[in-house]
Amino acid sequence: MNILYFAWVRQKVGKSEEIVELTPELRTVRDLAVFLAARGGGYADAFADMTRLRAAVNHIHAGLDATLGAGDEVAFFPPVTGG
Amino acid sequence: MSANIHIQSEDFDVSDEIEALTAEQTLTGAVASFVGYVRGDGGLTAMTLEHYPNMTEHEIAHIVAEAQSRWPLTGTTIIHRIGRLAVGERIVLVAVASAHRGAAFAACEFLMDYLKTRAPFWKQEERGGKSEWVEAKTSDDAAAERWRKS
Repeated sequence: MNILYFAWVRQKVGKSEEIVELTPELRTVRDLAVFLAARGGGYADAFADMTRLRAAVNHIHAGLDATLGAGDEVAFFPPVTGG
Repeated sequence: MSANIHIQSEDFDVSDEIEALTAEQTLTGAVASFVGYVRGDGGLTAMTLEHYPNMTEHEIAHIVAEAQSRWPLTGTTIIHRIGRLAVGERIVLVAVASAHRGAAFAACEFLMDYLKTRAPFWKQEERGGKSEWVEAKTSDDAAAERWRKS
């Protein structure tokens, strides 16, 4: 899966995108967030409070319970502030 | 119905955009538009807008389609700028054409409320050499929420 980060999530993680291999343990967006947070450092900081994060799967807003598939593009970002 | 959606760093000319929106549209009787500017309050000097390129146009097209399903629109133009913008610069244009003003006013406000809460843009504000990400406002969520069909 291609994982993308935006705004302060990108700054805390220290990169804008990376590849994460889909494993049987990574069933949902929440599983992926927990997996990434467990890396510690900037990841733990970025994913410390999931209520402050939003996600999209394949360019569509997705909840934490959205399921993941191989080849998905998953993005994590703060609540949007455009307009 | 035509829908022009542009994400760009360049400025736009409101008059030209409204002209283009009404050209060859004999059924348009009203255009309502909204322009958002960088506001220099609290010592703000500039802001930088980041977005999610592959998602932005898709999400805005989805929002426009929703507006078209609710009101009889004859044209829609949405332009959202990205990159660094100084105080006083234009950020966003929403212009909506319809036969009558009621639909144009309502659809324009609907589109802005949804842009603010759904389109993947993030603002970083500059004040006195320090940059801070803008926090989403619950008032914007409430504004979008009132359009939900019960």
